[in-house]
Amino acid sequence: MIDEKFDAIVVGAGMAGNAAAYTLAKRGLKVLQLERGEYSGSKNVQGAILYADMLEKIVPDFREDAPLERHLIEQRFWMMGDTSHVGLHYRSDEFNEEKPNRYTIIRAQFDKWFSSKVREAGALVVCETTVTELVQDAYGKVIGVKTDRGGGQIHADVVVLAEGVSGLLGTRAGLRKIPKPTDVALAVKEMHFLPQEVIEERFNIKGNEGAVIEAAGTISKGMTGMGFIYTNRECISLGIGCLVSDFQKGGESPYTLLEKFKKHPSVAPLIEGSEVKEYAAHLIPEGGYKAIPQLFGDGWVVVGDAAQLNNAIHREGSNLAMTSGRIAAEAIFQVKSRKDPMTAANLSLYKKMLEESFVMKDLKKYKDMPQLLHVQSQNFFLTYPQLVNKAMQNFVRVDGTPKKEKEKLTMKSFTSARSWAGLFGDAFKLARAWR
Amino acid sequence: MASTEPAVRVEDKLFQNRYLVDAGRAHIKVRSHTEPTPALKALLTACPARCYELNDKGQVEITADGCVECGTCRIIGEPSGDIEWNYPRGGYGVLFKFG
Repeated sequence: MIDEKFDAIVVGAGMAGNAAAYTLAKRGLKVLQLERGEYSGSKNVQGAILYADMLEKIVPDFREDAPLERHLIEQRFWMMGDTSHVGLHYRSDEFNEEKPNRYTIIRAQFDKWFSSKVREAGALVVCETTVTELVQDAYGKVIGVKTDRGGGQIHADVVVLAEGVSGLLGTRAGLRKIPKPTDVALAVKEMHFLPQEVIEERFNIKGNEGAVIEAAGTISKGMTGMGFIYTNRECISLGIGCLVSDFQKGGESPYTLLEKFKKHPSVAPLIEGSEVKEYAAHLIPEGGYKAIPQLFGDGWVVVGDAAQLNNAIHREGSNLAMTSGRIAAEAIFQVKSRKDPMTAANLSLYKKMLEESFVMKDLKKYKDMPQLLHVQSQNFFLTYPQLVNKAMQNFVRVDGTPKKEKEKLTMKSFTSARSWAGLFGDAFKLARAWR
Repeated sequence: MASTEPAVRVEDKLFQNRYLVDAGRAHIKVRSHTEPTPALKALLTACPARCYELNDKGQVEITADGCVECGTCRIIGEPSGDIEWNYPRGGYGVLFKFG
């Protein structure tokens, strides 16, 4: 198929792959990017929120032509009870700024745009081509790839594995292990279409303003999980995800959880009358710092979801993907500029640079959170949300019960569901993991 | 409350999606078995596209046409060898319009 040798082959055209291919091509390297989808984005699924700062570092003027849906001016956290929610809303007019900080995007459209930038930068982008194998020399150094298009091997000095959360190549080649069920969440999502003005009315927004709802609580039936509702221009992305290990134990199926979330009395009015145009599912890396695999080796680096780079606490994935792709590309460029070979020792620069960035610093900060939330899922995702909702109900309902008695009842409901020791223990563990 | 609700029809959801099915080349295979392992049984409810069903003999079968390529079954079933997971050929499989 392709006889020439490349400076770099990028496998995958998601956020990490596009960031890497773009940065490499911009630096003048000869880049081949291979994508199994019909186009960049056709296999990619995300909520999706785009963080401007990380994209600005790659494509500074992206706002000129990138397909952006709405800039976010309001964030809502909902702690869900069965028929209620307790919410924390943050809305600020300061988010109506000249260069907004966060946008909702639709990945299939956004990725197509990003891919056009990669091509403009000079990379050769080949879609509808699945990479089937990494080619390694006798010493295990990665020297290229094989694809399902035949034509033998395609060679490069370095292969950037941006193959996504369940990437086959790296695991098959023994470069990293397949993620454990406790380290990945399965999220299902639907696209609900509604007239623009209906969305704006229901979410109290106007123009290009957008709002985001993140929901946790009884909706996940005691599993470690979250729901989300994001406003796009003419549709709402609505989904829910839980750890694969929780789904594996049986109980609710992902689509049943989704249907129940949609029928929740706090959610149903927001999507009433909508037309669903797509149902998607995707894995999300949740293992955090401790689940990060070996990031580089002789002739290869791994970036984005494939490297499990996702901040589950802050729901940030695509910016870590983009940033790791960019940093890997910059490291490769530096090695190349020095005319050094793409050995593990030289490519360790990528990890070093990543450790100096927010990517590794943030993941390190929350290194104990995944384990805590997983082991304590019944408490954090079922018992506490129920108790807090009950407490609020008790607080706001006026029924002639003296307030002092009401407070006693609330305290009692907490201590009987979870002993004082349990409550303090959880608070302490949470604070420590957050620190 | 939950028990009175009708079962969710996943096929109605998948009907909204765009696919290019690679006829005769299923990208996921279930290892032949007489009794399904716990991992295979888990796939009956964990697969978001309900691709896994029990046949008349109580064995787990897959119809991968509606697969959304999330990889959940690979995480659950590949390490034990219960299933074999490959990508569809380039250009085939689910083609997300929005993603």
